[in-house]
Amino acid sequence: MDLRKLKTLIDLVEASDISELELTEGEERVKITRQSTPQTPIAPVNYIQQPIETPNLQTPTKAEPPSEAKDGNADEDRNVITSPMVGTFYRAASPDSAPFIDIGSTVKKGETLCIIEAMKILNEIESDKEGTISKILIENGQPVEFGQPLFVIS
Amino acid sequence: MFDKILIANRGEIALRILRACRAMGIKTVTVYSEADAEAKYVKLSDESVCIGPAPSNLSYLNIPAIISAAEVTDAQAIHPGYGFLSENADFAERVEKSGFTFIGPRPETIRMMGDKVSAKETMRKTGVPCVPGSDGAIPDDSDEIKEIAKKIGYPVIIKAAGGGGGRGMRVVHTEAALLNSVVMTKNEAQVAFGNPVVYMEKFLGKPRHIEFQVLADSHKNAIHLGTRDCSLQRRHQKIVEEAPAPGISERQMNKIGARCASACEKINYRGAGTFEFLYENDEFYFIEMNTRLQVEHTVTELITDIDLVQEQIKIAFGEKLSFRQKDIKYHGHAIECRINAEDPYNFMPSPGTISRFHLPGGPGVRIDTHAYGGYKVPSNYDSMVGKLITYGESRDISLARMDIALSEIVIEGIKTNVPLHRDLMSDLSFMDGGVNIHYLENKLKNKT
Repeated sequence: MDLRKLKTLIDLVEASDISELELTEGEERVKITRQSTPQTPIAPVNYIQQPIETPNLQTPTKAEPPSEAKDGNADEDRNVITSPMVGTFYRAASPDSAPFIDIGSTVKKGETLCIIEAMKILNEIESDKEGTISKILIENGQPVEFGQPLFVIS
Repeated sequence: MFDKILIANRGEIALRILRACRAMGIKTVTVYSEADAEAKYVKLSDESVCIGPAPSNLSYLNIPAIISAAEVTDAQAIHPGYGFLSENADFAERVEKSGFTFIGPRPETIRMMGDKVSAKETMRKTGVPCVPGSDGAIPDDSDEIKEIAKKIGYPVIIKAAGGGGGRGMRVVHTEAALLNSVVMTKNEAQVAFGNPVVYMEKFLGKPRHIEFQVLADSHKNAIHLGTRDCSLQRRHQKIVEEAPAPGISERQMNKIGARCASACEKINYRGAGTFEFLYENDEFYFIEMNTRLQVEHTVTELITDIDLVQEQIKIAFGEKLSFRQKDIKYHGHAIECRINAEDPYNFMPSPGTISRFHLPGGPGVRIDTHAYGGYKVPSNYDSMVGKLITYGESRDISLARMDIALSEIVIEGIKTNVPLHRDLMSDLSFMDGGVNIHYLENKLKNKT
């Protein structure tokens, strides 16, 4: 097995939730086992975290870094609903309507959770999971980016 | 001046644009895919927005995501960089319709220059010399096609109107292969560009690739900033560029340059642009125009002392060019080597983490790179990790400085084409200057 392929496999395991990967190809066999529990580093050590005066990075558009949702128990990790697009988050269809869901609401797959407005279009964001909303992570009217955690479902 | 600009690109050019904005006191918003979350320029920008997962079509080519990011951050203008959406007329149009300034030409201009047939037609009409050709789309009638090729004289090249940048082309040496070649190129063009229109040109045997940089404001002022020679190419990808093009007289440069500037005025061009020519036997032949900033804008900057990105921003804001043609003075020589994360001889891409990173320096050395020690070069995008540019009072001095700088550069953890560049800088023909566009591929072929 060539080193490049091996490296790709190692990277694959590292980047995913897989704890063990075994691959057999003809005569060759490779088994890669992850030692510790996966914990994605939130800020890998790198040279740029040095003398450069970084301007204020805490801006309205940058909500809590995605990793905060990953702290704590792994169950919560898997039940976070993240934003599929860039836009502005709204709890209800209009300023006068009731919010789609609240903390404690039970939701089914496909049920509308919120609106994300992008380029003047109101997009209904549907749940891809079943469960009860335990946390709402974004404020009404707050900008969100792709991948930003919105809700926790338990 | 703009208060805030959104940079709709990635890699070294995003950092380049960010630097220009910071120098002008303009706030910056960067957009990034999940693969670029740790990019240097993302961390340096005032605000940043994640616009999608790694694949380009879901992120850097995702028009709604980018415009939406501009909306939520209240940016006023969008700089598209090069590649991605920079020459996408629809993007430019939607940006403007959404109330933002697109830092580049008007959408109609982009559309016109994006169609290589209409671009050539337009240039011919404005007096820019073009490669002799079919002067329009190739007709369907077989006899007519053969007539055109006979008139031009073999070998000819069939090109897709919707192509460009080396894509969608086929060379034909004899009439026997002509009709099939036309059909095949049309089919490929339909699949690749959604446009089956093709045209024909004389195929030049040993041309050099020489291009002219232009700047035009929205007040009908257009100037040229001289030449660049980008003949060292592999599979139509430029590897080394230099300014000015060696061996071109000042008189010739000004003559063609003036035609380019005049063409800009006639088509109401706005912003930075590049007219690309093939040069053979003392003649210039227009092939296409790039309606955006180029990767190799750096070498022009070094010999003219003009910051092209800042000029783009000023022009987009509506300012008049602050200099006339006679104010442009050229000095010295500049060379740029594109540093790619790839095997230097088989060109296999080499993404991965850079474990050690040491950059050269000293007088006349400029580096444009977004990479750093520990940076993970993603596998989803093109492999360029940076540009090494040297300047010298003469071409020999810039070459010597490049040689020294290449010997100092250390990039470990990934493979790079630095060894190839070192090879090129001591290549006798290249050192003489004026090699043609086939030189590098022939050199590589002879190596193996």
